[in-house]
Amino acid sequence: MNNELLNLLEKDARLTPAQLATMLGQDEREVTAQIAEYEKNHIILGYPALIDWTKTDDELVTALIEVRISPQRGDGFDRIAERIYQYEEVESLYLMSGAYDLAVTITGRSLREVAEFVHARLAVIDGVTGTATHFILKKYKEKNHLFAKLPEQEERVLFV
Amino acid sequence: MIDYEAVLSPRVKAIAPSGIRKFFDLLENMDAGDAISLGVGEPDFVTPWHIRDAGVYALEKGFTKYTSNAGLAELRREISRYMRRRFALDYDPMKQMVVTVGGSEGIDIAVRALVGEGDEVIVPVPSFVCYGPIVSLAGGVPVFVETKAEDEFRLTAEALRAAITPRTKLLVLPFPNNPTGAIMEKRDLEAVAEVLRGTDILVLSDEIYAELTYGGHHFSIANIPDMYERTLVVNGFSKAYAMTGWRMGYLCGPQPLIRQMLKIHQYAIMCAPTTSQYAAVEAMKNGDGDIQMMCKDYDYRRRFLLDKLRGAGLQCFEPRGAFYAFPDIRSTGMTSAEFCEQFLLKAHVAAIPGTAFGPGGEGFVRMCYASSLQNLSEAMDRLERFLKEVAR
Repeated sequence: MNNELLNLLEKDARLTPAQLATMLGQDEREVTAQIAEYEKNHIILGYPALIDWTKTDDELVTALIEVRISPQRGDGFDRIAERIYQYEEVESLYLMSGAYDLAVTITGRSLREVAEFVHARLAVIDGVTGTATHFILKKYKEKNHLFAKLPEQEERVLFV
Repeated sequence: MIDYEAVLSPRVKAIAPSGIRKFFDLLENMDAGDAISLGVGEPDFVTPWHIRDAGVYALEKGFTKYTSNAGLAELRREISRYMRRRFALDYDPMKQMVVTVGGSEGIDIAVRALVGEGDEVIVPVPSFVCYGPIVSLAGGVPVFVETKAEDEFRLTAEALRAAITPRTKLLVLPFPNNPTGAIMEKRDLEAVAEVLRGTDILVLSDEIYAELTYGGHHFSIANIPDMYERTLVVNGFSKAYAMTGWRMGYLCGPQPLIRQMLKIHQYAIMCAPTTSQYAAVEAMKNGDGDIQMMCKDYDYRRRFLLDKLRGAGLQCFEPRGAFYAFPDIRSTGMTSAEFCEQFLLKAHVAAIPGTAFGPGGEGFVRMCYASSLQNLSEAMDRLERFLKEVAR
């Protein structure tokens, strides 16, 4: 497994196989083949961009919803998780340890739309015993990237 | 009316203004929003947060007074552990080190304590610009020894031997090297040691880039038998931990030498900045991982830049340390200064002419790859176009 290659792609998915090969000191064809293999084996799931939607004219609301469920015989939590993640609106879904069982994030166009989803879709799923919805007020950092641009030090001309 | 020329010290006046002054004037007056600088030799990382936080915390706790002259005892103990851990060198924290204001101060006090009127100091060049002027200010004479591309810019035993005279007091060993990226491996240093054995010549080993080597761990000349007792090691936090603005360095060596150097430090500087010293303690305690992460990242960019330089048709020796590439631009028919000026004016990319780093730099330019991959990539695209344009 070429974890270095994966680390580089996770930081910047736009790096080309040629660039990656140079940086890693490997053969370009080898890198291309490895990436194809990772895609095939679903190790690389996708190449999305990180976007700060608050700077666009789309007004979106994101919520983190705690979901408590009663596990089902044979399937544990998976079957209920499946019924939740199939919804397009669901951005991410994690099984958690601790006070609740599933963490769901969804993004909607309005508070109302998110609330709708929780009431009409999520809460009514068989086995879901309770939900708690937390709206995200501001994003500071995601996937190692800051939403705010840090101030830069004054430009310097010096000789080192 | 004071005649300023008459009141200034002849030694200070004799120091030549930096050969790249004109170049920097050009850069300063340029109003190109798309300019890319590969000129400044410093990490592009911000100091890791846990280190910055330790500095902030020291301020919160009110640690705002002087420290002891030689530096916080806790910091010296950490430096001592670090030197053992990373370079297998033993220095007594209470007797054999001074915490300095950057590596630069370490160089200055070492030279001032050793070099007297007419003493010669051997300085391999191309190298960092400070050695010659500091030696001259002390009344000494810098003797420049040119390292060659065909020797991978290493100092050879023959070149060293040829430069030694009865007045030779000190050898400066600036490796890993700024601007060439050259390193000296154990066998290279053993050859140098063989020349020095039996002489009273001391060594000032400037190891500020020791943590930035690629494909092998840095080896200090102080590790070679008979060399420890004649070697002063200069190191610091600037390059290893991306802490340039904190101005933190240290000087380690034999106690009888350090004791004298400490006197200069104590009268000229008093002590290194207290906030920075607390941050430096944290760096040494918990920063090994940061070094590794940054070094790996520089290595990616090093390979990338080298590949692009060669792809564009420039010869370039493979740099094995620091974060500079030193391509040979003689194929363009231009001098280093002309190349850098044209490259800046036409392609809006700043690089530094090799001549700025002393004799032996003509025909080469320094490019710093401590810059984002996007910057490097764009700069190299422009280089390729620029080279085609000037070839016509």
